[in-house]
Amino acid sequence: MKLYVARSPRIAARMLGEEMLVMSGQGSTLFTLNPTATILWKAADGTTPLAEIVERRICSEFEVKSEEAQRDAESLAQDLAKHGILLISEQPISEQPIAKTGAPVQEQQQP
Amino acid sequence: MPGLATQVERYSVVIAIGGVPVRVNTTDSDFLEILQNRYAGFVSDEGRAEYDFDVELTVPPFCDPDADLSVTYRSGRWLLQRGDFHAEWEPVTRRGSIHQTANPYSIDAVLRIVHTLVLARQGGFLLHSASAIRNGKAFLFAGVSGAGKTTISRLAPADATLLTDEISYVRKQPEQDAGYIAYGTPFTGELAKLGENASAPVAALYLLAQGPENRIEPVAAADAGRELLANMLFFAEDQEMVHCAFQAACDFVHRVPVHRLTFVPDARVWELIG
Repeated sequence: MKLYVARSPRIAARMLGEEMLVMSGQGSTLFTLNPTATILWKAADGTTPLAEIVERRICSEFEVKSEEAQRDAESLAQDLAKHGILLISEQPISEQPIAKTGAPVQEQQQP
Repeated sequence: MPGLATQVERYSVVIAIGGVPVRVNTTDSDFLEILQNRYAGFVSDEGRAEYDFDVELTVPPFCDPDADLSVTYRSGRWLLQRGDFHAEWEPVTRRGSIHQTANPYSIDAVLRIVHTLVLARQGGFLLHSASAIRNGKAFLFAGVSGAGKTTISRLAPADATLLTDEISYVRKQPEQDAGYIAYGTPFTGELAKLGENASAPVAALYLLAQGPENRIEPVAAADAGRELLANMLFFAEDQEMVHCAFQAACDFVHRVPVHRLTFVPDARVWELIG
């Protein structure tokens, strides 16, 4: 089973210095991503499978076995999804526009 | 035959904070006087206003300022509600209404909220910080309650112009890479002294901490961003506006030097400023 990850359109993100800050529009919660989560966030284009991201971006950056990295990345992605930072799906995720001020905010559907 | 309608006297005052004139209309002359006294120094003689609010005074017991604040956007208008006021504001028409009792505190809260909404779209913000102008440059001193905003304001030398001891008004200049301007505000803290209605380009933001000696240290960009966000006034429960505020904070720390200022309550701390 392939997993795909995409950046949530409800999140604003900026790299400040060496750290990636992300803010959820709901509840104004601020998160600081660790280096692995930052790599995952940057690569989460909705069309590249998570396994490929891990292989190309994470295993090459950190000295970690592929199997272990895949397991950790999946757990991390689930955690980020729980906080509304990433979207996860078993199919590629198309880009979803951010709701404009005043428009009724729809719950994000996993495709 | 008696008249079918009674003419109601209407009074107006234009309150210009941060260079943004807001006209407040009321039918109560006593309330008008309350406003003129409350915002002395920020009342504009020019008739021009960018925003208009009609105040409808209600009678007590419509008064619970400790109730939760709610700022939401529905059907083209902002709804601002707290125990002591109910206000609506339509950004397109730039008009709004406020229901409150005859007191200066409720409208003060409404004005702060409206300014945060206007500023967020322009890359500016209101900040829990003291601010002052010295040698033509503005310096911001941010911190939570007890961090020293009032103390640093009290210690300001005679040649400094105090903009506020509590809430700073920061606007991004519209020109690309032109920086930020800090404006004086009538929003006071423990000093209970209105800021000067003046402005200057922002030269630095100091994050306050009290300690055994006067010391200035650099602050990493991410730490600066986090602390700036923690001290920004923002009330809207709205995704797009939250993102605007976040980007505003990130842009600011990218452009303006941010330092941590540890100080003892002594006027010599001002020798380090500037």
